Amino acid sequence: MPASPDIAKARATARTEGDALLVELGGVWQITQDRPSWIKLVDKTAPTRVKITLAELENWDSSLLLFLFEVQKWCVTAKAALDASELPPKLRELLGQITAAQGKDVPVDRSENLFAVIGLAVFDTWAKVKQISHFVGECTLASIRLAKNPARFRWRDCVNEMQQCGAMALPIVGLIGLLIGLTLAYTAAVLLREFGADLYVANFVGLVMVREMGPMMTGIILAGRTGAAFAATLGNMKAGEELDAFETFGIRSIDFLVLPRLVAITLMTPLLALYANMLGIVGGLLVAAGLLSIPPTAYWIQMQAAVDLSDLVSGVIKSITFGGIIGLSGCLRGLQAERSAIGVGRATTSAVVTAILLLIVADAIYAVLFNMLGI
Amino acid sequence: MTQPSPSPIQPAIAVDDLECGYEGRVLLQHVTFTVQPGELFFVIGGSGCGKSTLLKHMIGLQRPTAGTIRYFGESFTHAAPTRRRELLRTFGVLYQNSALWSSLTLRENITLPLEEYTPLSKSERNELAALRLAQVSLSGYEDYYPSEISGGMKKRAALARALALDPAIVFFDEPSAGLDPITSRKLDELVLQIRATLGTTMIIVSHELDSIFSIADRVIMLEREAKGIIAEGNPRDLAQNSADPRVTEFLHRRAMLPV
Repeated sequence: MPASPDIAKARATARTEGDALLVELGGVWQITQDRPSWIKLVDKTAPTRVKITLAELENWDSSLLLFLFEVQKWCVTAKAALDASELPPKLRELLGQITAAQGKDVPVDRSENLFAVIGLAVFDTWAKVKQISHFVGECTLASIRLAKNPARFRWRDCVNEMQQCGAMALPIVGLIGLLIGLTLAYTAAVLLREFGADLYVANFVGLVMVREMGPMMTGIILAGRTGAAFAATLGNMKAGEELDAFETFGIRSIDFLVLPRLVAITLMTPLLALYANMLGIVGGLLVAAGLLSIPPTAYWIQMQAAVDLSDLVSGVIKSITFGGIIGLSGCLRGLQAERSAIGVGRATTSAVVTAILLLIVADAIYAVLFNMLGI
Repeated sequence: MTQPSPSPIQPAIAVDDLECGYEGRVLLQHVTFTVQPGELFFVIGGSGCGKSTLLKHMIGLQRPTAGTIRYFGESFTHAAPTRRRELLRTFGVLYQNSALWSSLTLRENITLPLEEYTPLSKSERNELAALRLAQVSLSGYEDYYPSEISGGMKKRAALARALALDPAIVFFDEPSAGLDPITSRKLDELVLQIRATLGTTMIIVSHELDSIFSIADRVIMLEREAKGIIAEGNPRDLAQNSADPRVTEFLHRRAMLPV
């Protein structure tokens, strides 16, 4: 029964009769309301018998049951007899049920032994390495199949994904690119002004954006935005047994789900990186013109002199790799997800962490490689 | 668990000329029925007839486009937000996929609403959780996580959680979904047992004929084309005496195939 706003309170009164304590219960007992305290009721009396009676009891629920259970526990401790014979049979039955329900335990073994944990971790790592190799191999084979028979490729899915991870990411990538360009120009201006070399802000912003910050920041944004979305989508599909359905139809989920995403993000990342480069350079120009009073034309010419095609190509090569890494990490973690809400959450986190880690490793490798090649 | 029943006796649920729909589409209309306290009431019908939609309106997940739902004489549809939340607390809902909180143990699943809405101490909450689990024959499984128990046990644990706050009414959404016939029958027995002990009013959305015939006091049958109730009464009476072929065909498990 819904609690009406003006409910009568639970009532409990006690009086002693010889060595017995007569307890009278009445009113409305609701679990969401406070109930009388048994300890206050019994106070300092030490009865050998407690008799419970009901008077004008209106509604009751587990609140009354818990009170009676408290009385019963007190009686056991105080070695007093409890007379509940005047209680309705249903209440006595529930009192019996709550008494019987306590202290039962079906053992659950979650204990972990150190050696077992280490052993399991090693096996787990080995299994993951195999999974990653298998996944990368499958993706390579799928790409070969795509090259051989482009008509079977899911172009429509790919274009949808391109819109999601490319066009829809333009505002955030643009904003971050512009702000990075502004920040770089401010930082460089502080130092270069000391030497009267203000104009070289254009060189600094141009080179850093095109070679490093443009591809890297785009990669990080896409790892958080698109990589996470890939993992969550595929993880949810796995939890909903959609991947099993592909499997039982003999349809390769790699071809159907992974490849369109992988192609989309690998194609879109360099384009977004170029867009970020452009806005970063514009950000630098704003600072140069506003703070350092460098004419925009001078900034532009200086920037063009500093940045050549090889810088641009190196940035594009990097961003293609970054796109592939983000796509692979997102899809792999999605496919590895446990079939639960928590599993999907973990897969998403793992996709972002893996992608960012691999981006930085790949960036370091490219730095060494380009240095060796003199690019 | 509200005994003895207060007088005057009001129907536990009174649905009056309810119309449900969204985005300008009417799914159900002119839905009127009452459920008496302690009744085991089934909402039945084929797929897509609006059973789950009706349930969602009754538990406040969706708002009707017209009509009223009253609980014990008090309008739920037109209640002020605070009162509406108070009324919601007096319902228990058993969801189709159990919907146990996966990061909490069974004990925590039951004690969380108690912690939120009652002044009970931790030990009392645990005592009550033990009782609820015992009532659904899951004694001793307090420390298990939902992922560590079977589908049938999850359903029972979800029922224990639905009973946590001593609800006056418990709603069941397709309780037999995903359960084998034996487990499903055990769940039916449990429903009867809990009704006998606690006197709870139960509204069950189902198309499981075995359950309907074995435990339902009364049913309403919804139909997609009619967008509303096409029959109301005891399922056995309806199966034998209904003049509506849609009702008899459903209750006799005959598919409506073109001749």
